[in-house]
Amino acid sequence: MLRMKKELKLMKGNEAVAEAAIRVGADGYFGYPITPQSEVLEYLMAEKPYERTGMVVLQAESEVAAINMVYGGAGCGKMVMTSSSSPGISLKQEGISYIAGAELPCLIVNVVRGGPGLGTIQPSQSDYFQAVKGGGHGDYKLLVLAPASVQEMADFTTLGFELAFKYRNPVMILSDGAIGQMMEKVELPEQKPRRTEEQIREQCPWATLGKPKNRERNIITSLELDSLKQEQVNLRIQAKYERMKKEEVRYEEIMCDDAEYILIAFGTSARISQKALQLGREKGIKVGLLRPITLFPFPEEAIAKLSQKVKGMLVVEMNAGQMIEDVRLSVCNRTKVEHFGRFGGIIPSPTEVLHALEQKLIGG
Amino acid sequence: MEHTLTKEEIRQEKNLVYKKTNVMTDNILSYCPGCGHGTAHRILAEVIEEMDIQDITIGVDPVGCSVLAYNFFNLDMQQAAHGRAPALATAIKRLFPEKFVFTYQGDGDLAAIGTAETIHACNRGENITIIFINNGIYGMTGGQMAPTTLPGMKSSTSPYGRDVQMMGNPLKITELVAQLPGTCFVTRQAVHTPSTVRRAKRAIRLAFEYQSKNMGLSFIEIVSNCNSGWKMTPRQSNEWMEANMLPFYPLGDIKVPEK
Amino acid sequence: MTEEIIIAGFGGQGVLSMGKILAYSGMMQDQEVSWMPSYGPEMRGGTANVTVILSDQRISSPILNQYDTAILLNQQSIDKFEKSVKPGGTIIYDGNGIIRHPERKDVNIYRIDAADEASKLGLSKTFNMIVLGGYLKIKPIVEFENVIEGLKQSLPERHHHLIPENEKAINRGMEIITQTHSA
Repeated sequence: MLRMKKELKLMKGNEAVAEAAIRVGADGYFGYPITPQSEVLEYLMAEKPYERTGMVVLQAESEVAAINMVYGGAGCGKMVMTSSSSPGISLKQEGISYIAGAELPCLIVNVVRGGPGLGTIQPSQSDYFQAVKGGGHGDYKLLVLAPASVQEMADFTTLGFELAFKYRNPVMILSDGAIGQMMEKVELPEQKPRRTEEQIREQCPWATLGKPKNRERNIITSLELDSLKQEQVNLRIQAKYERMKKEEVRYEEIMCDDAEYILIAFGTSARISQKALQLGREKGIKVGLLRPITLFPFPEEAIAKLSQKVKGMLVVEMNAGQMIEDVRLSVCNRTKVEHFGRFGGIIPSPTEVLHALEQKLIGG
Repeated sequence: MEHTLTKEEIRQEKNLVYKKTNVMTDNILSYCPGCGHGTAHRILAEVIEEMDIQDITIGVDPVGCSVLAYNFFNLDMQQAAHGRAPALATAIKRLFPEKFVFTYQGDGDLAAIGTAETIHACNRGENITIIFINNGIYGMTGGQMAPTTLPGMKSSTSPYGRDVQMMGNPLKITELVAQLPGTCFVTRQAVHTPSTVRRAKRAIRLAFEYQSKNMGLSFIEIVSNCNSGWKMTPRQSNEWMEANMLPFYPLGDIKVPEK
Repeated sequence: MTEEIIIAGFGGQGVLSMGKILAYSGMMQDQEVSWMPSYGPEMRGGTANVTVILSDQRISSPILNQYDTAILLNQQSIDKFEKSVKPGGTIIYDGNGIIRHPERKDVNIYRIDAADEASKLGLSKTFNMIVLGGYLKIKPIVEFENVIEGLKQSLPERHHHLIPENEKAINRGMEIITQTHSA
């Protein structure tokens, strides 16, 4: 048999995020332990990126402190990130709102576990609303990427930083305990050098790096007491989101061409739905899968287009029905849209998904 | 007969005893007349000018009366969420160890909502300077009780005076952080008389020098007045501060670096 | 080729690391692999299980409810996963401490007394490698040299001197596995 040639690693999703962050040239990671994402901080501490690339890694006193460290670093134009799981992400919401308001780039990874409250440590997708509708106070959005594999955990770490700087907006990787904890083969990016201070000055003329004599002072703030000016800030931020909707929608379609029924699922649910699709096709059911990769911006047009030619859509989520609202907004009653979800940390099985499709759409 | 100097005669370079530092902007201060914030700003800005570190200094300002401090310092500044300034400063300093980083925080920001960030930044020994303005009240929101409000002291949320049985005790956070191994210099100063201003400025200068030597965190409390919140004239407020605040919060160095 | 495996047993039996070595071995010969542990409080002394998939194609769901092979190393695991094996599939179990043996008629059942063998060899830590050897005898889906390569990848450098011991255990497992029922 063929022997391995490329440099591949077998890694957990959480470890892939950490290693990719080092390799993309991230400047800082600030985190706080919480299951099921502690491997990110553990991996970084074991790997000593401060020796490999000079990257700063710090275990903060709380999620609140960690996100505010991210704010401080991002305000200096540095490539900084944090990761946590659901209860910790709730704590970070204040800081995320400030980061969005001050228009700073950063990467936030949420390895979702079941809630509400302390909930369970098992995987879930119940933070969809929180991720795509803003999360904290004020009119803002995160650009949300939903990885469905360990490879995408690594890829989206690179892509996430890229988009964060392109839009000066926080980017969230919305993962879950299954993708964080599972191991798969992953091809890692080449090691990139961290940017020099000169490069940061060039890329981020707004960054607080110390005020030279020949430029005005740079101020990082989300405060504007003059309402007319604040409205202009809001309009500028909203314009960015419109641009994201035009330029950043990402999704994957599997066997949708001849499909009569469409499964719509992201992340772990999409992997399970893909298996359900295989089982369905074996039984002669013409089923396809649409997997949103960006949850904001949402693939509205692709779903709208499919809704014109199929008999029904089943939204599969590990929650009580969150993404289905965005699907329904896209479909506008053109076809039947049903939901199948398991929650509390339960991952649905492929056969359960297929049964739901048969019962809710085909039989019904 | 004595000659009366004309304005023109007075306004000569050789007679200059005070000049506005260029580390402050020309924006009009938003603080109440008589408040100590303006003086504290000025001496901090003067130290930065005298050390010639304007281009490598990053300040972090809080939520509270000094939320708009970034309008007054001619520096690159970041405005933090309430209480989180030490977290921002931690990251900035760690990402740029060669730059000077300070936070400027009030008592509500530093000693109530931001207690965890304050204590842990101090305990980690971050190489930053914290300027802590203690006037025993929430000024910006209209005079509510602060963590540092004195026993018996009236505020809008302790209208009959702070009852420590019911409302808890004032927090001497400066004494507290002096216990932590990460702080190298902890001192309590004031800015209501020429001599206290001079001493406070000297302390700020020392703090920045210690920062340049990576000696750990310097923590400078400035006990100040809040004539508006205390419902007094500026002069009354300074007298009240001397009579009531300073016995409870005595001035002087609490921790100095070992020689 | 796609092989979907569940390995289940007590925490501390080396269930997760056995799965990891199998996944590494598959990766060494360019297969797609996934390793999905059950995690959480269960891991601390209770039962542990891991789903391992090796395939020539992109793997869809890393989480399954039907398996080609179940490697079941305690009674609870037999009770829980015996029914989850596909008809015509394979159950491998360790007979040590088992009161109710697998009873399915539509699957192939193999017994490997790896716990006894490990203590006989005086190498109790190689228990999971004996089981792995038995599995590879029945399902030679990865080449032996790639298993050794997988061992090297998954073990930290400081434990590499243990590889010959593990190799011996794998070989021993291949010898002692016996079929108890044929579908």
